[in-house]
This record gives sequence, structure tokens and C-alpha cells, in this order.
Amino acid sequence: MKIVVCIKQVPDSWAQKRLNSSDSTLDRTNTDAVINDLDEYAIEAALQIIEAQTPGDQAHQVTLLSMGPERATEAIRKGFSMGADDALHIVDPALAGSDALATSLVLAKAVSNAEPDFVLCGTESTDARMAVVPAMLAERLGWPQLTFAGEMEVDLAARIVRIKRMTDDGVESMEAPMPCVVSVIEKINEPRYPSFKNIMAAKKKVVQTLTLSELGISSNDVGTAGAWTSVADFAELPPRGAGVKITDDGTSGDQLVSFLAAKKLV
Amino acid sequence: MTQILILVEQRDGRITRASTELITMAKRLGSPMAFIVGESVESQISQYGADKIFRGIAAEYQVHPVVPVVDALAALVAKVSPAAVLIASSATGKEIAGRLAVRIGSGVITDAVDISADLVATQSIFGGSTLVHSRVTHGVPIFTLAPNSIEPTSQQTEPVIEDLVLVFDQKSTAARVTSREPAKKGGRPELGEASIVVSGGRGTNGDFSPVEAFADSLGAAVGASRAAVDAGWYPHTLQVGQTGKTVSPQLYVACGISGAIQHRAGMQTSKTIVAINKDPEAPIFEIADFGVVGDLFAVLPQATAAINARKA
Repeated sequence: MKIVVCIKQVPDSWAQKRLNSSDSTLDRTNTDAVINDLDEYAIEAALQIIEAQTPGDQAHQVTLLSMGPERATEAIRKGFSMGADDALHIVDPALAGSDALATSLVLAKAVSNAEPDFVLCGTESTDARMAVVPAMLAERLGWPQLTFAGEMEVDLAARIVRIKRMTDDGVESMEAPMPCVVSVIEKINEPRYPSFKNIMAAKKKVVQTLTLSELGISSNDVGTAGAWTSVADFAELPPRGAGVKITDDGTSGDQLVSFLAAKKLV
Repeated sequence: MTQILILVEQRDGRITRASTELITMAKRLGSPMAFIVGESVESQISQYGADKIFRGIAAEYQVHPVVPVVDALAALVAKVSPAAVLIASSATGKEIAGRLAVRIGSGVITDAVDISADLVATQSIFGGSTLVHSRVTHGVPIFTLAPNSIEPTSQQTEPVIEDLVLVFDQKSTAARVTSREPAKKGGRPELGEASIVVSGGRGTNGDFSPVEAFADSLGAAVGASRAAVDAGWYPHTLQVGQTGKTVSPQLYVACGISGAIQHRAGMQTSKTIVAINKDPEAPIFEIADFGVVGDLFAVLPQATAAINARKA
């Protein structure tokens, strides 16, 4: 079984983010870059699925796929240290400023070449937060999608993936034939900490680097030039100020309600 | 007149609040053309001013989520050549928008909080710290509209109703739903749409009862911080923050939540913020309009009693 896990390097979600004034793209220079939180759950899900297979039946492989600048190899190394086997890294200067459509185009091409049984992703990246790439990827591949998976099981013999899709509307049990695109939510597992053995092994694992031309994609279709949306302008809002702060003297519940009443909120 | 195609959704025989916002926004931009799966809610759609209703009546829509609706919207884009497509920013809505964008070769903007007459979208990003204006430069613009972006306005119309008949191919029906457990609502409003949200965090120590009682006295939705969800105290779908839901209610009450950026990114565009926390240094106080340094187990029951007394 071969699983491709899409991962993205993002600014640390605990840091304040800003846009660059020059080109309205995310300022990535002043924040720590980390692997997207939600992608760790996708890697963990892939590893658990492989570990549940009978060993020796056939070769199993977890391949990480990432599109991003040179430094995204840090995120790939993190995935390696969790236990992923190898990686594809799409690096090209023309990719800077790519929108979700371009990202899905590049990922779809790389996935087609890799021919996995299925693709795993987090539901969204914590920087762009559009939550559209898994669906776009499935559309481009012509594959079914099983998204927002809080539970997942793979029936390799029947070549079916089953999930529990968990959204505001409730829980839906779903299934689809392989190959398919699966996105996971945080509820699905608890990502492992890298073991010393895996951290050492990660250094020897191979990242295959590909450029756009090697994937057969025109640089006109990606990056800022190929984006189908454009930012007209943006403005940072003044930070929200603090208002009244009281220390409870036994009446603050009543004071709170008076505050709400004055604001006509009750 | 400019036609705006919208995806209207119904739940338990009512069109969603998000759908009424879509129709109202579409009315401002042009002539709303609604697509709805199923029947019997046409009168609710016309109440908000749709000029045309296309009904999708086929079992496939129930059994195979997302892709059949994309098929329908793509067919309608070809049929009516709308100036834009508007969809609600729900989990499913954004997936439909994403697939539709690939399918019809259009740019897509998600989580718009406003759309101007010349189709420039406003987005509030990075937890409301930055406002961005952007436009779609290719194809028929697709927008998903964030909840609570516009006040729904009644405007009765007499729309033409037409059934959209489609034949779905195998690709559209490959993923299937085998069973459903609807969310237990417990009578509280939907978190993303509620005008008041009361959330609990680490400070509850797992006991959400005072948070829930206070929420119920206000008719509010209940949310939770990531710490509370990770501890298993509250359901994942009610998590507010960077990796959960973004809410923008009239009133947000943070109880026992420290207010790290992770959480603030999901709630700091709320109109009024109240915080209750034992730690006077908690960062949540930096953005609270009314902060109480105190024990939520003392403050909330007193406030709940005061609100219930006002109602009596």
C-alpha cells in the first residue's frame, strides 16, 4: 500500500501574522516556520494504517508531498522523524504567491505521478484557512473525496476507505473506493512524538526535489502571475483595546449583567 | 439584470440563516437565482427575494454529498451565465466552492464578510487583525460568505420555479453516505451563527455546567477553547480558535480561557467581548471590553441568576 500525505510549512499558529506590503502575500520572514498542525494528524493516520497491516504481505510506503520554498524541507524532516518513508518536494521560484487552485494543480500532478492508493491531508492550513485544497485536489484527480474524517479505516482487500465525517451537521459514515482523497480533523488521533530512532533515521531518508518543468506545469499557471484572484488592498486594523477590568468582590456577576444591560445585550 | 447564482441549504425543513444572508447579499448585487436540493421551502426562499428557484430533486444529493451539488451548480452557471456564485462558508459549502472553481475554471474567494457592487470581496484575516479587499480575475467569480456578514432582510418575490434534471455519472457518486447521526442540538443555536457565544476553557476543569447555564440564560451557543477540547471536556465541533471555528457574534463571553493568539484568532472580531479569569495577567483581558478577575464558578452563577431574575 502506498499513501501520499500532503503537508505544508506554515508560520507558527501561536504567532501574530501579517501581510507583506509589497505584494500582499503572507510575511513568512518574521515568524517561526513549522509543519501545519493538522498535517501531523494526517501523517499519524497514515502511519497507523500501515502499522495495522500484516507485515510482509506487500511493500508499504508513506510518502510526504510538499510544495514550498527550500526551507519547507524542515517540515518534511519533521514528518520523517515521525516515521514517513520518503518525500516529494516541489520547489520552484515561480510558485511564490500561488493560490489554492494553483496549489491543487501542482499537488494533483505530483499525486498522479506517484500513483498512491489514497492521499491524506489535513482539512486546512492554519495560515490560509480556506479548507478547499483537499476538495480541489480530488476534483482535479477525478477521485472521490472523504473529508473531515474523525475516524478512518482502510479495507485493502476490498479497496475501500471508510470514514466518519464530523461536521456541524453531525456525523456521517461514508465510504469510497480507492484511489481517493481523505482529509482528517484533530479528533482522529494523537500525533506521536518523534522517537530517537526515527530522528536518526530521518537524516538518511531521501527527499526527491522536483521543479515545475519536471512536473510538466507551465509557470504561467501558478504563482502570483497565474492566480485567479488578486488583492486590491489591505489594511491592518488597530489592535483591540481593553475596556473595564474589575476584580471580583462578590458582586461582579451582577456588575457583568449591568454592563450587558447597558449595552442592550440582555 | 445581473444574475447571481446562490446555493440555498435547508435543515429540518427550514432554510438556514446563512442561506437567508446569501439571498439578501445576492439581492444587493443583482437578481438572485437560488438552487435548492429538495422541495417545500420555496416560500421561505421567496420571502427573502429570490427571482428564480431551481430545484434539485434526486436521491443522489442525499447519498453523495458535495459532488452532485457541484454538478448542478456547474450546469446552472452554463445555463444562466451568472455574474457571480455565492455559497455559505460552511465546511461543505467551501468544498463545493473549491470543486466548482476547478470545474468551471474560476477564481474563488472564501469567507468574505462583504461583497461590493463591483464584486470586490472584503475578508477579515489573521483573527480580524487585517482587512483585505480582493477580486476574482478569472472566470465567473465564486464567493463563500462568512456567517453573520449581513442582516437578512425580507423582501417578498414571486419566483419562477424550475426543476433541474441531471444525470450523474459514476465520478459524482463514488463517495457515499452509509449512515447519519444528526448533531444533538439540545436547543442551543448553531455556534457559527449565534449572536451570543459563551465559551469555556481550562479554567472550567472539565465542568461546563456554569458555562452552559449562563449560555442558556442568554439563549447563547456554547463554545470551547482548544485546551478544553484536547482534554476531552467538550466536542471538537465546538472548538473556537485558529484550528477550530471562527465566530463573530454580538457578544462573546470567555470563561476560564487565557486567550492565547490561537484562541483569539477565532473570536476577536466579536462586537463585545467579556472575559472571566482567575489570572489577572491572562492575555484575554487585553481585548476584553469587560473583564472580571475572579472565579467563574462564583461569577457565572450570580450572573445567570441576575439574568433569569430580569426575565421573571
